[in-house]
Amino acid sequence: MSDPQLKVRDLKIGATVYPPGEKPHDIEIVHGVSFDLEKGKVLGLIGESGAGKSTIGLAAMAYGRGGVKITGGEVWINGRDVLKSGTGDIRKLRGAEVTYVSQSAAASFNPAKKILDQVVEAAVEQKKFSRKQAEARARELFDKLGLPNPDTIGDRYPHQVSGGQLQRCMTALALCPEPDLVVFDEPTTALDVTTQIDVLMAIKAAIRGTGVAALYITHDLAVVAQVSDDIMVLRHGNMVEYGSVDQIINAPQEDYTQALVSVRSIEHAEKASTGDPVLSVRNITARYKGTQFDVLHNVNVDLYPGQTLAVVGESGSGKSTLARVITGLLPPREGEIEFAGRTLSANLAGRSREDLRELQMIYQMADVAMNPRQTVGTIIGRPLEFYFNMSGKEKRKRIIELLDEIELGEEFMDRYPAELSGGQKQRVCIARALAAKPKMIICDEVTSALDPLVADGILKLLLNLQKIEDVAFLFITHDLATVRAISDTIAVMYQGKVQRYGSKTQVLSPPFDDYTDLLLSSVPEMRLGWLEEVISHRKMESAGN
Amino acid sequence: MPLVIKLLAQRIALGLILLFLVSGLIFAGTIILPGDVAQSILGQSATPEALANLRAELGLNEPALQRYLSWLGGLVQGDLGTALTSGRDIGESISQRLSNTLFLAFWAAIVAVPLAIFLGLLAVRFRERWPDKAISGVTLASISIPEFLIGYVLMFFFGVKLGWFYPTATAFRPDAALFDKLESIALPVATLTLVVLAHMMRMTRAAILNVMQSAYIETAELKGLNGLQVIVRHALPNAIAPIVNVVMLNLAYLVVGVVVIEVVFVYPGMGQYLVDSVSKRDVPVVQACGIIFAAVYIGMNMIADIVSILSNPRLRHPK
Repeated sequence: MSDPQLKVRDLKIGATVYPPGEKPHDIEIVHGVSFDLEKGKVLGLIGESGAGKSTIGLAAMAYGRGGVKITGGEVWINGRDVLKSGTGDIRKLRGAEVTYVSQSAAASFNPAKKILDQVVEAAVEQKKFSRKQAEARARELFDKLGLPNPDTIGDRYPHQVSGGQLQRCMTALALCPEPDLVVFDEPTTALDVTTQIDVLMAIKAAIRGTGVAALYITHDLAVVAQVSDDIMVLRHGNMVEYGSVDQIINAPQEDYTQALVSVRSIEHAEKASTGDPVLSVRNITARYKGTQFDVLHNVNVDLYPGQTLAVVGESGSGKSTLARVITGLLPPREGEIEFAGRTLSANLAGRSREDLRELQMIYQMADVAMNPRQTVGTIIGRPLEFYFNMSGKEKRKRIIELLDEIELGEEFMDRYPAELSGGQKQRVCIARALAAKPKMIICDEVTSALDPLVADGILKLLLNLQKIEDVAFLFITHDLATVRAISDTIAVMYQGKVQRYGSKTQVLSPPFDDYTDLLLSSVPEMRLGWLEEVISHRKMESAGN
Repeated sequence: MPLVIKLLAQRIALGLILLFLVSGLIFAGTIILPGDVAQSILGQSATPEALANLRAELGLNEPALQRYLSWLGGLVQGDLGTALTSGRDIGESISQRLSNTLFLAFWAAIVAVPLAIFLGLLAVRFRERWPDKAISGVTLASISIPEFLIGYVLMFFFGVKLGWFYPTATAFRPDAALFDKLESIALPVATLTLVVLAHMMRMTRAAILNVMQSAYIETAELKGLNGLQVIVRHALPNAIAPIVNVVMLNLAYLVVGVVVIEVVFVYPGMGQYLVDSVSKRDVPVVQACGIIFAAVYIGMNMIADIVSILSNPRLRHPK
């Protein structure tokens, strides 16, 4: 048997951390990981954030991001240990033998240069091909990856193509120098589900077609199951389980892997709508200042007290704009918002303090929604002062109550946001919204930035709080699994219109319209062969094309 | 109309409006200044009658608004007026001096701008290591010392002690051969370069370091490019706008701020002319110099704006 393309032995990676108020010190983030990758095979590295999967992927190129240093072990590529190579040899390896596809192609392409120039750069610079050969190869790859106008798309600038197309251009960039190994680092995570499928299919075909070996890094087990031969599950820098795709998906051995496979365990039976709606969106049409087209067309939805309305759609569907209209940040061109039996002023400035109190928001990025210089107690206490004039003991008592409700407890009161994990930060934001005793909370993609298990915890908490506080949620998300888990009513949005609207069972039961069918069928399922099956049953092109 | 053309037209219109406002400010400023040109022309021999006659002759008794409008009307037609003290046409006197000043500023810019950008790139390449610290230290020191002092120090060592260059620019003749002219302005050019270098170099360094945080820089590094290739090919094109901004500010300073240097090196430029006229209370000349300096400043900043608009690929190549 020939040597594996990539052989990793006892890889240890460390970093210097600068915790607030302490001396900088070194920590180890990957604790001795070993694996083999044969020619033409795909190994999926899977784990939650902080598992060290990206760090391991970059170590295959002898690269440490930021202050990350490879502290021990061996990485063998093409018969030599790259960790013992000099700077010049490592430079010859990068972009020639090993290439990299990053999570966000939009950020990874230089905005000032044409796509083609960037795609061929490594191949030409590493003297793998002449400029002319490399350009021909790039066009061929554009074609193979299913990009429109493969002969001319390279003459465009990155901002002139869509996100899904750019991610495929990034794959072309990685494959252009005919590498032996490609590291795919969450290549479809930033894409809409319907676009993700196309990119996934294109990547899979390209890997199979070129016979290149690949490391596929992702947090989404359902995605990795479609493209890999083997899977390694990582947690906190340790290997948890390592086996074939079939074994990991169908017969996971470790508890942690089982938890990953069976995530989304929430069962939520929808509640019947009772009484008068707390929020009525009436015939809303809106556009942004200085633009010529409507982002929302005649939107009508209702939300009943103590219920959850999920607004689901892909990027550009207008779901976040709807939130801006409801909160008064974007006055609509037509239509009105009725809230708790009264008509709200279209403009934020025209709303009373009571209007503001009863309508709260929670955001996607919890860490930028909090002042990093304020303690958790100050952050949660602010709405108590502002809306209820609380102070002293009374305020403190209420803060502790709220901290208990979000399952954190009194000891978190004096901590700063930087000392909290992602899930804890989001919990503090929830407590801040609840402190105002609102009738309704708008949750804008609140679990999108979180790992699946943590996101699950947040969703359970929200459902629980809904029962206690009888608050209504307007839940904006692109994630259909979240919608299934939490909603009572669903509005599917597509190109600024409400495509489908009704109770959860109604919306999620056939017959479907074409778009809802595309959206539902695009959610990756955790079984082998799903990708091919869904592609062959499609009725409609995804919006990314 | 394409967005770029619209934006550019806006910039140019704004520049013209600004220039118009500045003309009003300059005129108002020179009116409220203390002193009286008739008084300074006649000196001690002034009798009340003679003063009144001279004022009427010079048109100083007209209402301010009328004087402003006739001055502005002249400006628009390219007529800068007549010097009160010498009675000569200001346009003629200024044109030779302005071209001398531009000559000095031009050569200072030719040396300083490429040098500053190169040093900035070098500082980024070796950031936080000794070349970076040395470059930062030297340029900071040179910007912190008053420019006239740098001028005298250079003059003393390179002009007097070592005798490598002319200590002053008195040998400068506008009609001499180019090399002779350059030789006579070597020290003023060196002084100006030292004064503007630090600002441009530090901005280049900061702008590029800012871009170096971007994900596409990591992409470039993972293509196996070396440090300088990454900086020049991938970072510099995205740092053009802030760099051009600071370069243009400094170029404007080179034209406008040479007053002190021209006096120190006895160089026959605008600066000396302005200083002379201020001491003689020759208001029309001061106004003319002021409006020319303002036009240079506004023009340079307008160019900087235009370059930053054009350097943005999103505006140059809309979807």
